[in-house]
Amino acid sequence: MQKISTIVLFVAALATAACNNPNRNGMGGAGGAGGMGGAGAIGSASDPNSPAYFSQTLGDMVHFVVDQSTLTPEAQAILTKQAAWLVQHPNYTAIVQGHADEQGTREYNLALGARRAESAKQFLIANGVSGTRLKTISYGKEQPIALCSDESCFQQNRRAKTALQLGGGV
Amino acid sequence: MTDILRPSRLLALALAGIAALSAPALRAEPLRITIDQGDIQPLPFAAPTFLSQGGDVAQAITDVVIADLQGTGLFAQIAPAAYISQVSDFDAPVAYADWKAINAQALITGRVIQQGDQISVAFRLFDVFADAPLGDGMQFKGATGDWRRIAHKVADQIYSRITGEKPYFDSRVVFVSESGPKDARKKQLAIMDYDGANVGFLTDASSIVLAPRFSSKGDRILYTSFETGFPRIREMTLATGKSRALADLEGNMTFAPRFSPDGDTVAFSLEQNGNTDIFSMSLSSGQVQQLTNAPSIETSPSFSPDGSQIAFESDRSGGQQIYVMPASGGEGTRISAGDGRYSTPVWSPRGDYIAFTKQNGGRFYIGVMRTDGSEERLLTSSYLDEGPTWAPNGRVIMFTRESPGAAGSAQLFSVDISGRALHPVPTQGAASDPAWGPLLP
Repeated sequence: MQKISTIVLFVAALATAACNNPNRNGMGGAGGAGGMGGAGAIGSASDPNSPAYFSQTLGDMVHFVVDQSTLTPEAQAILTKQAAWLVQHPNYTAIVQGHADEQGTREYNLALGARRAESAKQFLIANGVSGTRLKTISYGKEQPIALCSDESCFQQNRRAKTALQLGGGV
Repeated sequence: MTDILRPSRLLALALAGIAALSAPALRAEPLRITIDQGDIQPLPFAAPTFLSQGGDVAQAITDVVIADLQGTGLFAQIAPAAYISQVSDFDAPVAYADWKAINAQALITGRVIQQGDQISVAFRLFDVFADAPLGDGMQFKGATGDWRRIAHKVADQIYSRITGEKPYFDSRVVFVSESGPKDARKKQLAIMDYDGANVGFLTDASSIVLAPRFSSKGDRILYTSFETGFPRIREMTLATGKSRALADLEGNMTFAPRFSPDGDTVAFSLEQNGNTDIFSMSLSSGQVQQLTNAPSIETSPSFSPDGSQIAFESDRSGGQQIYVMPASGGEGTRISAGDGRYSTPVWSPRGDYIAFTKQNGGRFYIGVMRTDGSEERLLTSSYLDEGPTWAPNGRVIMFTRESPGAAGSAQLFSVDISGRALHPVPTQGAASDPAWGPLLP
């Protein structure tokens, strides 16, 4: 016997709803505001009180070995200078942004970036910066700054950036 | 502006059968494909264009049925130019000899009746060398606009009858749609049919979104969003497109969420002071429980189908490895044992395998292993493969493949658990982080 059974599909009308996402950039809330955009305009890199001096002359970025969050001697030297500057400029707070290179899985790299940011933050605290002025965020491998897929780029992407914010309370 | 595509609600009614002719015949080996690791010759089949009574979707429906079957790597269509017989009457007896002559092991016939915005699609499947139908003919009715879903339903029936596996074609996938250059990537959540059709966007591109996960009923998704500036888990109800932040806990970051099979618990990672552990939260009571407590990174939890265990990754041994612990938490037992790093474990909905990402020697692999870590098998290899997700029948895996270099971009790929039928899933732009939803009703 050859039977035919029937299945009826009732389909609800497709409805649309406005997206409830705020019109906000991904780096907006914390990362973007912590970036150098607005603050950098305040002074030039030769003005020791300027955020540009902090980011360009002292260096706002430290780099890490593959899959590590331990601070290298170079990283410690840069963070020591960052800490001294932050101690002298109490009107600034900072968000330490941790990043990973692309050679890792997405979720692990988020955790790894957080580890790196925390490592830099703890070094700043150990050098006199109040922990209440520092926050961390991880972008994992979502925001590379060097785009090639070899070690010359990977080492630039394995980083923690100390992004200044003017005003109290991060 | 964002379009929210809601899943269609479908009610299935089985109606009484219609008697037809053709006597059953016997033969030694029934038409059957077994999905295992052995070498498989794709089963040759013929599928003449479904007969059309009104409307213009019969050819398109036939094409989708054929594409579904061929996409599995288990079936190979015989070119219509080789057909000796033509099918001009859906109810006429089948000229088996004509189909045997071109070595068609299976014959699929169909008829599409369109009346206004409603279509009715009937099909029959024949085991040519047994001179007999394989199972009953079936008819699906629905809105004409849903013709692709109906075609998937037809193909699902054929696939299941011949392989003995559960169907999976009529299913949807949420993923991250990517655009823009590598150093300014825009990401938004999107949903599509399993074959890349019918794409709808669930969020705009204003915030980074990562790694969506479906509930087992397909009604909600979990994902990680940078909407507040910091990574936080959100839960979206697909019917409304509305989302809410979950687990606003002390700490910097919540991520890697996954629903329990009953949909009431979410396992996730919480980062506090640089350390990441796995927690769970009851969605009904809001109660939060810490499941791991170690100075290492514990992330990517995935429940067993019965909800009793959680597979996760940890770098406590020095590099990422896969562990299994009770759903109530604990130390966990390491199950991955080979060279390299193992991550993103995902328990098969059938419970028989755990899919994972492996890194070794500068390459990435997608693989499967038994839930005790035995029988590890690598299915794919490339510069960067990651993030497997299971088809609802637990026999096919979708994952992200990213190409290297400044112009590198992500694409979705599909492979079956024996490593066959590796192919890209077509999406309009770059795409990553697929999460396969359940079979639609």
